[in-house]
Amino acid sequence: MWKWTVGIIAVLCLSIAYAASSSAPSVGPKIVIDKTRSGDHCVEDTAFMRKNHMKLLLHQRDETMHKGIRTTKYSLKNCISCHASTKDNRVIGDDEHFCQGCHTYAAVTLDCWECHANKARPAPAAIATTLPAPAERVEGEKK
Amino acid sequence: MSQPQNNENQSAQAVDEHRRNFIGTSAALATLTIAPGVMVYGLAQSKPADEPVSNKVRWGMLIDSSKCADGCTDCVTACFTENGISLPSTPPKETDSQWIRKVELKDMRTSRTQSLPVMCQHCEEPPCVDVCPTGASFKRADGIVLVDRHICIGCRYCMMACPYKARSFVHETLTDQNPDVPRGKGCVESCTMCVQRVDQGLNPACADACTKAGHQAILFGDLNDPNSEIAKRIASKATVQLRADLALNPGIRYEGF
Repeated sequence: MWKWTVGIIAVLCLSIAYAASSSAPSVGPKIVIDKTRSGDHCVEDTAFMRKNHMKLLLHQRDETMHKGIRTTKYSLKNCISCHASTKDNRVIGDDEHFCQGCHTYAAVTLDCWECHANKARPAPAAIATTLPAPAERVEGEKK
Repeated sequence: MSQPQNNENQSAQAVDEHRRNFIGTSAALATLTIAPGVMVYGLAQSKPADEPVSNKVRWGMLIDSSKCADGCTDCVTACFTENGISLPSTPPKETDSQWIRKVELKDMRTSRTQSLPVMCQHCEEPPCVDVCPTGASFKRADGIVLVDRHICIGCRYCMMACPYKARSFVHETLTDQNPDVPRGKGCVESCTMCVQRVDQGLNPACADACTKAGHQAILFGDLNDPNSEIAKRIASKATVQLRADLALNPGIRYEGF
């Protein structure tokens, strides 16, 4: 009886260890982050952003909408400019895309993109060279 | 005009002073080097990105219908391009969004015709804000009337209340919006006086397009600043507000008829 108990426990431990070792890479969202595009770090610590990005966005949303404050640090456009996929410049599309990947995994509805553009316009490297400076646009140039 | 954001750790006071001095210098340079009549408002009126809009400013437009060319729709096209609105389908659908339209007036006795653009009149006492059940329809401190789409439930009460038929409802799913102008199905929308451009110190797209076309029928500026060109012209010439009998005090004024 004692031997049977030890055997069962040993089998259980082995199977748990096997499950942990084999499934560890598949736990969590599969997000591809291209560091050449995004740089080394986000505007705040990664752990803080994981927990609080929605609060920052909600605050910035009201500041911009109602008070016209247009700082870029916590703006949605700033998120997209770093986190868009290098393949198609978007943050949604499939589960490898930054926003969609996590939100699908966490089962949280993501409705920003019903109104906001989900595509970064030019790639960040190209911004400085292609966007005209504000002073040049005063002359009435259409976008 | 906006400064890089890497100096956010500095105290707000220091940032303000630096930016104000910089802007002051830019405005003085513009006044010195650019001939009168050239649009220098952008440089003169921009605010730092981290500063809220103020009620010391009231943005408005003066539209001279005698300069507005019959058949020219450059202001409409510029508005639609700037704000990512698809141009009216042919034949036009009743559900097309329309932020600005050209209206033709005809005196039936003399056959004299005039055309002029009509858009949201950015009232001081906006009826759309009065009736909005959720607070989505609101007036910014600088007089620009906007819809906060995060709060709008699409009831369209504001569309009923507006005497200028200035608002549209988005009936269909949209894609590939302009990053500066979020728009989506189920919300009411209207002319924002190109708030994304005004906050950068630029003129609304329609005003710039009209100047570019050589008509100069749309003058944009600060109604509260007695030294602005728009305030001077309003003080010296006869101008009208549409439906002045409603006492809404629109920010858009017309002259030439």
